[in-house]
Formats: sequence, C-alpha cells, structure tokens
Amino acid sequence: MLIRHAPDLTDKDVTDRSLYLRRREFIGGAAGLGLLAAAGTASARGLAYKPGFSTTEPKTSKKDITSYNNFYEFGVNKEDPSENAGSLKTRPWTVRVDGECEKPASFGIDDLIKGQRLEERIYRMRCVEGWSMVIPWVGFPLRDLIAQVQPTSKAKFVAFETLMRPSEMPGQRWDTLQWPYREGLRIDEATHPLTILAVGLYGDVLPNQNGAPLRLVVPWKYGFKGAKSIVRVSLVEKQPATAWNVLAPREYGFYSNVNPAVDHPRWSQATERRIGEFRRRETLPFNGYGQYVADLYRGMDLKRDF
Amino acid sequence: MDASVKRAATRKRPSKTQDNLVYAAVWLACLAPLVWLAWRGFSGDLGANPIEALIRQIGVWGLRLLLVGLAITPAARILKKPRLVRFRRTIGLFAFSYICLHLLTYIGVDLFFDWGQLWKDILKRPFITLGMAGFVLLVPLAVTSTNGWVVRLGRATWQRLHWLIYLIVPLGVAHYYLLVKADRRPPLVYAAILAVLLGWRVWDAWRRRVRS
Repeated sequence: MLIRHAPDLTDKDVTDRSLYLRRREFIGGAAGLGLLAAAGTASARGLAYKPGFSTTEPKTSKKDITSYNNFYEFGVNKEDPSENAGSLKTRPWTVRVDGECEKPASFGIDDLIKGQRLEERIYRMRCVEGWSMVIPWVGFPLRDLIAQVQPTSKAKFVAFETLMRPSEMPGQRWDTLQWPYREGLRIDEATHPLTILAVGLYGDVLPNQNGAPLRLVVPWKYGFKGAKSIVRVSLVEKQPATAWNVLAPREYGFYSNVNPAVDHPRWSQATERRIGEFRRRETLPFNGYGQYVADLYRGMDLKRDF
Repeated sequence: MDASVKRAATRKRPSKTQDNLVYAAVWLACLAPLVWLAWRGFSGDLGANPIEALIRQIGVWGLRLLLVGLAITPAARILKKPRLVRFRRTIGLFAFSYICLHLLTYIGVDLFFDWGQLWKDILKRPFITLGMAGFVLLVPLAVTSTNGWVVRLGRATWQRLHWLIYLIVPLGVAHYYLLVKADRRPPLVYAAILAVLLGWRVWDAWRRRVRS
C-alpha cells in the first residue's frame, strides 16, 4: 500500500532530531514548571532544570582531565599544574563568605562541605582556547552557600578570590596575571542552579591541579571563569574586577559566555576540539546550555557584553 | 711549496670523509627534534591535546632553526671559521621544512582542509597573517637556494633577494608573540636573540664603513 504524506506536512513539521532526542528533558521540564506554578519558589525552579543537568556524552578520561590544565598559579604550561600542584596544602583551609549579606561567615572547608548535599554533575567544559572536555564533577549548587549567608538587596554580583601563596604556588612568583586570581558573576548567574562549587571529580576528592579544595564551575561560560582553590566569596554591589579581563579587556569580557558568534580577537570560537577527538566540532551557544541560561541575557547585546 | 703553507692548506681543507661526517652530524641534529616529536606522538607523550602540541612544537623548532641560520654568519666571523657558512643552506632548508610541516599540520590536521576557515584566519587573525606572510616570503628563498639559482640571478641580486630573511625571522617571532595568552617570556627570549643577531649585523656594517 502506498502511504502518501499529507500535502500540508512539510519538512518543517518533522521534529528536529536533536529536539526529539531531548524529549525527556521537556517532559521533566514541564513537570518542574508545574511545581514552579504551584510553589513559585526558586528551589522549585531548580528542580525543573534537574533532568537536564548532566550530559550523557562520553566523559573525558580522568588522566586527561587531571594532566591538561590551565592553572597559572602553578605555571603556564598545560602539564605544569599536575607537576607542581602537589605542594599545595589544602588543609587547614578557610573560606570567607562576606560582603552584602546578613550573616557573613568563615567556614572550615570540611564543615562547609559537610553542610551541603553533594551531587554528581557531568558538564561540558569549553576552554577559551578552543578545546573542550566532559567532566564528572562532584559538588553543590553555589546558591545553597549564598542562601546560608542571607544576601541583602545590595548583593548584585559575587566576587571570587583564589588563594595567594607563592611558596606553594610557584606561578605566582611571576606577574603573568594579577594575583590573587579573581573572578566574578552576576548574582543571577551565581544563584543559577547550573552553577556549582565543585569539591570532587570522578567520584573522588578534587585533585589539586583541578582547583582543590573548592572551585567554581559555570558550564555555559569559558573555563577560566571557574575560579580555583577559592578562599573568599564576596557578595558585592558593583561588578568586580576579574583577572583575565584586567590583563586583556579586549580579549576577555566579564561575561565570557561561550559564544561561537563572538570570536576571540586572535582566534575563532566557532569550533572546538573535544579532548580525545580528532576532528573539531561546532561550538554551541552557551556551550549547549542555552535552554537553561539564555533567559538571563535577554535584551543584552552579547557582542558588546562578551 | 713551503711546508708551513702546505700544512695550512691541509688543515683548512678537511678530507671528503671528514666533510661528509660533519654534514651528517648537522643533518642528524636538524632531524633530531622531528624524530623526538614523532616518537613522543606515537608513545602518547604529547599530552591530552597532541595535535596542538605537535603544531606548536614543530613551529617552535622552525623558528629555532631560522635563528640558528642567522647566527652562522656572526659565528663564522667571530670564531674565524669562514667555512661554517656552508651550513647556512642546509639549516635554512631544514627551517623551511619544519615551517612547511607546521603549516601542513595546521591546515590538514587542525583545520582539516577547511579552506574557507583558513582564509578567514589569514584575514582576521594578526598572528596568522604575519605567520603566513613569513612563510610566503620564505618560499622564494627556498626555491633559489641552489647554486644554479645563484648563477642565474647573479650574486648581487641573489644576495639582495636573500636579505628577505631579515624580514622573515622577525615575522616569525611576531607570529609567536601574538599568539601567546599571558606569559610573554618565551617569545621575548626569541625576540632578544633575534635582536642580538640583527644588532651584530648593524654594528658590523657600521664598523666596516668607519674603517673604509
């Protein structure tokens, strides 16, 4: 029997394969939206995102994740952090959370971790240099920590500061970047459920070269936004200075969202090499997390605020 | 013939075998980095991103050989070993080979022959524009490196053409300098060596003018 297509059905009516493959996320998302309508709280909104948090793409090997790092505190070459970070002492370790909040506090790292519900998040990581990995982090949403100190209405941004300890961080003996390393997020980016503080990798304690004992992971931004070995998290009113932006403001913007349409002045951001793969692949807007985060930037000119 | 003159003549002109041995050593030295890189590549020692490591390393060796080539004339003069100059061609051609390989790896492996992207890179990325310009200028020097071309062009014209190297090597150093993200020390080391090698030539020319 010959089955004809209805003449009014065109290619446009066929569900895009990538959308089809993500159908479960929408179902999850829809359920979450129901919760959102019912509860109207931010945490319910978090639940709505949950089914899409981890990617099912093949994970980059632990060897590559722990031996190919940009962590200039330990040297500028990719193999330097794995070779030099052994000297870093991550205990005792105190993280100061302060600024525009009701309850500023200093946390011992173990107490801080104990108070959080840890979960695995398998995220893509896109480096500004044009390579990417898939990394199984263990961590907790940054928003949980921020909620603990009760931010005031003046908390518009969050500033992060990395440890400054040249005796254990040989790279800090040279002014390649302005030390200590600083990073920053807008408060809505920082409290977005995708944004986590990682304390582990591949189900194990975070290796020093990956930013032990506590590092930021913002999967829709270039990797350098993920401050490592954090000692201070400050809620602030003004947009904070960030290390790479201070070094080269034309090349590294405050936002630094992964964006194939905005090239780095010296190289294209249209493609990336997934570590372990031979051919380059297309880079996705917001590193493929656009469905969760594009709303944060509605109305903004991302070419200007790159 | 006076015995001392005879001795001097034999000392200045080493035997054919000796000469071949020296050439073999120069060849081996020039090939060693490539063999080393290939071995590291096959044994998986080039890190998580071997393609980038390979492109970078081959390029850096091309630059190093260009600088060695530029160092030969001053070395021959300072050490009073004029016959060193005969290695300039070998080393220059090896530098050219490394740079060809560097470019081929970039186009063939990194871009996977995406000519449109290559063209965009050349137009939009200053470090690629400069690197490409350096390569293009290097081609006529490689082509005219034979004795036949020296005769065909005439010594003076050939010499003038090969002065292009004073432009090409700075282009190479600039190419390296512009691609570095933050730590400018390594390219600055090359820039400093280049400055010494070019500075010596300026000083030498000035000294000769004063003397004559």
